[in-house]
Amino acid sequence: MTRGADKGKNMTFKKILVANRGEIALRIIRTCREMGIKTVAVYSDADMDSLPVKQADEAMHIGPALSRKSYLNQDAVIAAARETGADAVHAGYGFLSESASFAQACHDNGIIFIGPSSRTIARAGDKSAARQILIKMGIPVIPGSDDVIATPEAACDAADQVGYPVILKAAGGGGGRGMRIARNQKDLLAAFSVASAEAGAAFGNPALYLEKYIEKPRHIEIQILGDHFGNYVHLGERECSIQMRYQKLIEEAPSFFVDESLREQLGSTAIRIARAFEYFNAGTMEFLVDKDKNFYFMEVNARVQVEHPVTELITGIDIVRKQIEIAAGNELGLAQADILLNGWAMECRINASDPTDNFMPSPGEITSVIFPGGPGVRLDTHIHDRYMVSPFYDSLLGKLCVWAPERFQAVRRMKRALDEFEITGIATTIDFYKKVMTDDRFQNGDIDTHFLEHMVSL
Amino acid sequence: MDNTIHTVTSPVMGTFYRSSTPDAPPLVEIGQSVTPEDIVCMIESMKIFTEIRCGKAGVVKKILVENEEPVMKNQALMEIEMK
Repeated sequence: MTRGADKGKNMTFKKILVANRGEIALRIIRTCREMGIKTVAVYSDADMDSLPVKQADEAMHIGPALSRKSYLNQDAVIAAARETGADAVHAGYGFLSESASFAQACHDNGIIFIGPSSRTIARAGDKSAARQILIKMGIPVIPGSDDVIATPEAACDAADQVGYPVILKAAGGGGGRGMRIARNQKDLLAAFSVASAEAGAAFGNPALYLEKYIEKPRHIEIQILGDHFGNYVHLGERECSIQMRYQKLIEEAPSFFVDESLREQLGSTAIRIARAFEYFNAGTMEFLVDKDKNFYFMEVNARVQVEHPVTELITGIDIVRKQIEIAAGNELGLAQADILLNGWAMECRINASDPTDNFMPSPGEITSVIFPGGPGVRLDTHIHDRYMVSPFYDSLLGKLCVWAPERFQAVRRMKRALDEFEITGIATTIDFYKKVMTDDRFQNGDIDTHFLEHMVSL
Repeated sequence: MDNTIHTVTSPVMGTFYRSSTPDAPPLVEIGQSVTPEDIVCMIESMKIFTEIRCGKAGVVKKILVENEEPVMKNQALMEIEMK
């Protein structure tokens, strides 16, 4: 690769090492092949016969099934890149994708890390420091206590500052334990001791902090692209409110709730945040939006996201291709006016988990699979007949995406595609999504981050 | 005589852990008295940890799996001698 002399023109890589597995490894390899770039897959013992290994030009074994000994092993991945002569690494999502030290190690070995700089990843990943930077810039964040709350009196003071309702959260961990909502001071005093005891029992740490409680919040995120020359665009929003225990399950683009004015505000705010972090490549800014369309910044996702296909479907932009072009030193070649949102896209994450058994993981062998297809259907998956779903990795089997001219048709199309999709041998979330697609509230777009609790209780 | 033995099994294919965090001591030892609600081990599957409760009151008689060993769904993990 050459960079510098002819700024931002048609520079590319010869060979990219894909430091990931499963559907995202396959996704990256597909774009590389379309771009005429050679690929190297890396694999653990569990993934020897996987589709990414078959589809890549070369494959390197990097260790046993356990992630920390293979896909999280920086030395093994760097050694594989050096040995195969890869000039760049794409880490997908998860694993090493948001590791500042891995990005730095790539750089130190003369390999381009396809993503933001090591420094940007570190700054964006330090949540409390990032929060202070953004508060100074006047970007709204969820109001809350600056530090942990030690006494009920301190909790009342903090609540008076941010305004009721408030939520107490355990400093030691998440998952709903040690969490209590209080709508007035009397509630808060009662909630404090219960939440503190629960947090102590669950995490061995009774410390709490306090935040303003956002009623019926929606999780809405903005996809941005930025090059090394200070050019930025946003690709609109994704609606990610359909979650279970903070795991997104269904995403759509655009959001039913976001109008042109809110989109413009969120988009320009996302780009301001990106500039503040000297962010380049693809990234996502996550926001919580309340029922009155007030929005609060949550965090930066410094990687390509699982749900990126819904944005690709409504913009016609291949986000992975843009990541590669930007990393190779090309100019973005897009202005905000070039970004046109067309139609409606939706994604269901097909997971190996059992909705009838509290979403318990269901690894095991897929005895047979029938894939959906037809108009407006995109399926990103690495599974096949006789595929062994390993208990060592997360439960994502694939992403079923649909596109249609408008939302109701997209919902109908998703239901049709789910009806065609058949996986036997293990439990999956397919049937659960069929119920969601026929639910009145979902069809009317009346969703928030608590929606699935309502679905599960039906 | 086997009806005095209660077998704790794994609800899911995954990895068996005797303690709740890597640094913590084992949740139970052989010879220890346990109640039905006691957490006796953990199973990690697909990055999710499941606490395994004993199910019956008694004394831990055998631990059938080594720490960090892979286990299958319904595999026997421990034998509890019921009171």
